[in-house]
Amino acid sequence: MEGTIPLSYYIAVSAILFTMGALGVLIRRNALIVFMSIELMLNAANLAFVAFARSYGVLTGQIFVFFVITVAAAEVAVGLALIVAIFRSKHSIDVDQMSSLKG
Amino acid sequence: MENSGLFFNLVPLIVFLPTVGLLINIIFGGRMSEKAIGTVASAASGLAFIVSLLLGYSLLASGSEAHVVPFAEWIKIGNLDIPWNFRVDTLSVTMMLVVSGVGTLIHIYAIGYMHEDVRFKDDVKRYGRFFVFLNLFIAMMMILVSGDSYLMLFVGWEGVGLCSFLLIGFWFEMDTLARPSWANSNAAKKAFIANRVGDFGFLLAAFTMFWYFGSLQFSEVFLKAEEVAASQPGVIMVITLFMLIGVTGKSAQIPLYVWLPDAMAGPTPVSALIHAATMVTAGVYLVTRSWALFSLVPDAQYVVALVGAITALFAATIAVGQYDIKKVLAYSTISQLGFMVAAVGMGAYVAGMFHLIAHAFFKALLFLSAGSIILGMERGHHHLANHGHADEHHEEVFDPGDMRNMGGLRKQMPVTFWLYMIGSLALAGIFPFAGFWSKDEILLDAAKNYSVVYVLLTIAAFLTAFYMGRQIWMVFFGKSRHAAAEHAQESPKVITVPLMVLAGASILGGALNLPYLHSLGQWLEHTIELAAEHGEEIRGYLSISWGGLNPVVALVSTLLALLAIGLSWLLYGRKPLQVGQIDPLKKMLGPLYTAFEKKYWVDEIYGALIINRYVDLARFLAEKVDWNFWHDWLHDSVIARFFRWFTKFLANPIDLGIIDAISNGLATLTKRSSTALRQLQNGFVRSYALSVLLGAVLILGYLLFK
Amino acid sequence: MNSMLILFIILSLAAVLSALGLLLSRSAVYAALFLVLNFACVAIFYLLLGAPFIALTQITVYAGAIMVLFLFVIMLLGAEKLPKSQSLPWQRPLAIGLAVVLLFEAGFLLFQRLHLTATLAQPEAQINSVDAIRTLGLTLFNQYLLPFEITSILLLVAMVGAIVLTKQEKGAAG
Repeated sequence: MEGTIPLSYYIAVSAILFTMGALGVLIRRNALIVFMSIELMLNAANLAFVAFARSYGVLTGQIFVFFVITVAAAEVAVGLALIVAIFRSKHSIDVDQMSSLKG
Repeated sequence: MENSGLFFNLVPLIVFLPTVGLLINIIFGGRMSEKAIGTVASAASGLAFIVSLLLGYSLLASGSEAHVVPFAEWIKIGNLDIPWNFRVDTLSVTMMLVVSGVGTLIHIYAIGYMHEDVRFKDDVKRYGRFFVFLNLFIAMMMILVSGDSYLMLFVGWEGVGLCSFLLIGFWFEMDTLARPSWANSNAAKKAFIANRVGDFGFLLAAFTMFWYFGSLQFSEVFLKAEEVAASQPGVIMVITLFMLIGVTGKSAQIPLYVWLPDAMAGPTPVSALIHAATMVTAGVYLVTRSWALFSLVPDAQYVVALVGAITALFAATIAVGQYDIKKVLAYSTISQLGFMVAAVGMGAYVAGMFHLIAHAFFKALLFLSAGSIILGMERGHHHLANHGHADEHHEEVFDPGDMRNMGGLRKQMPVTFWLYMIGSLALAGIFPFAGFWSKDEILLDAAKNYSVVYVLLTIAAFLTAFYMGRQIWMVFFGKSRHAAAEHAQESPKVITVPLMVLAGASILGGALNLPYLHSLGQWLEHTIELAAEHGEEIRGYLSISWGGLNPVVALVSTLLALLAIGLSWLLYGRKPLQVGQIDPLKKMLGPLYTAFEKKYWVDEIYGALIINRYVDLARFLAEKVDWNFWHDWLHDSVIARFFRWFTKFLANPIDLGIIDAISNGLATLTKRSSTALRQLQNGFVRSYALSVLLGAVLILGYLLFK
Repeated sequence: MNSMLILFIILSLAAVLSALGLLLSRSAVYAALFLVLNFACVAIFYLLLGAPFIALTQITVYAGAIMVLFLFVIMLLGAEKLPKSQSLPWQRPLAIGLAVVLLFEAGFLLFQRLHLTATLAQPEAQINSVDAIRTLGLTLFNQYLLPFEITSILLLVAMVGAIVLTKQEKGAAG
């Protein structure tokens, strides 16, 4: 295979995916989908990490991604537990329903 | 300490014992009997006398050198340090003895006198107040004589002036005859104001002194005196002449003497204590104390001597024309003070002090006896009123002090008569009474160097004998010219016993400084020579009082006195005055006598020249300047109007428009912005997330386009 | 245009489209499945970038474990669909606008400022070598031993937290 892909392409894809994740967080009201959007954003960041690691020829980026995945797993466990707990008391997972802190 | 075992440290007691006495009477006086009040006051004064005796003993035992007893820090500002020190030397102890000794006798006398006086004047409650004032006076007089600086002396000087004011105006709402009037309080004000004029002179002297000497302590001033005199000869002159103004005020000399006759409005013990024996001699004391200054300026000394001599003669002539028993004594006092001032002016300090002491004895005796006579007349008057046959006497106002109402009192009041005789003979200068020795010494000193003064004083001495003779004949001999005099009664023992003591002192007082012995001179020499290491010139003036008995001078004055008494017998004794009869001397002298009687119209002249002009000025200032100009125009029209406008301006546009608007605006702004910001806190997580994104976009944009 | 680039473009399109699906799907279950597809695409990117270990981790942990957990919760709650009512009417246009701005900024940054034109080396040599994974493991257990051990504690805490949060109180309404 003779062709190569410029680093900037990967970063561009990463940016697009990150932006779409952010949009998901902002637009969707379903707490679970908001959560998935956060995962998407993390994923986009991971992609950028790996691409840069490749570009600079070091392994640190990959190790960071490894840690991020671990933290994401922990986060999902706690986050989903929170959503379950909230659903139990509110009978809804609409984030807009959770506005008791309104000033 | 070298003076251990002696009593110098007791000296503050001479001030604080009378103070304690007056505090007791102020606080508990309302609940104490008259006797108790009088006892407390007399004891306070008597104990001060005992302390003075102890101080005198201490001085004798320690070589009579001056002791300064530091007592308290008084004024300390920067370099200026004026402590309250007591000065114990022969001069101050002499004054202390006179003040407390005569003062104690007068306190005792006053127990009896005031007992009747408050009843005649219908205000028994004022009894205690009198003794409070008397004790205050003793305390102030003690401060005056024991002070170690001119400033301390001035404190006492003003203090006794205050007491004089309070006591002259003791019956402030009536006149001397107990009629409702402001005469007594006017007399008090007159005394106070005349003394203020003198105090002004004193203050100027003190300021000048402080300016050139940098101190007001006696010792420092006297030490530097000669040095200053050498470099600036005028300074000492100015100081001494200003001091003379103070002396003329306090010691009632020309031209400020006018207050003293009016001061007789006070109760008689006051006249005796303050206005004859002690306070008025403060001026003489001042000159004696400042001998080191006066000795440096012979011209000033001569002025002092002349003022004294002229006053002596002037007042003696007025005394001849008076009818009020106390007025005669008042002018006599002025005259005798003139003798003293003349003496200290001539540098004859010892003679002056000698006459001061002798005069304190016999003039106190005379005044107190006069008080006794007045009380006797009052008793007679009340006796008449109580027994119903006071038909025609009651319509007219009865003056118990008018000699024309008296006559023949010798029979009704024998004790008082003899006491009065002793006092009169002492005052007239008849051998061997105290007055003979002291007056003779002054005349002797005058005869040596100051012939003008000698002539003036000799005539004054002649007149003294004459007016005293006139008084004796009018009061005690002949027939009673008023029913009250017929029923006059002798005074009780509490009044007569102190008089007897004073009479004894008047007889024996001359022994203090007999010619050739000069015990008083040797005693005072310790003080007056203390700073006199300055050379023979000063000693020359001092030695003036060391003469012996000059037979010519003594003989002349005695003969003149006897002649005067004889003359008075011819006029008043041989043919006693009848009711309503014109004074025989008036027939002989005519208008001159009227001048005596009217006191040379000095009060009227002062009134026309000074007082009325002053009143006019005051009225002009009050009505035109103060009321019309300041009050009506400046205050009401200008300042008040401006302020009204200004406050309105401040209130409406400034306060409401700006200051209130600012605070209200801030409050509204806060409220509105908080309401607006409250909208942001909407509780929707997504909104918060959106603002996070907005922040990220903005930061990124900033980084890109900065 | 080489075959590598074609593969990249296809994968990119798949990833972006699956992300779009996540954004737009009404049902949470569909969203989860779109996300799985997206994760798979990214895993292939990792392979292309010469990181086979991360790619495998991505498939097993993300697409496997985490997404299964999501699906479990979706089905457990039974609340995959929400009513259409919007309480924040301006949220959607504002968010899209901001996202576009962000993308433009990122693009500007990438292509105008950084000039990341460096091309990446051929991956074949490393894809097939076991050396890369070994090196990764050695780095992880030597240089990053402490953070590695801390992640184990983090996972333990997360596990305990999840259990505590979801535990039914006795007598509390289910």
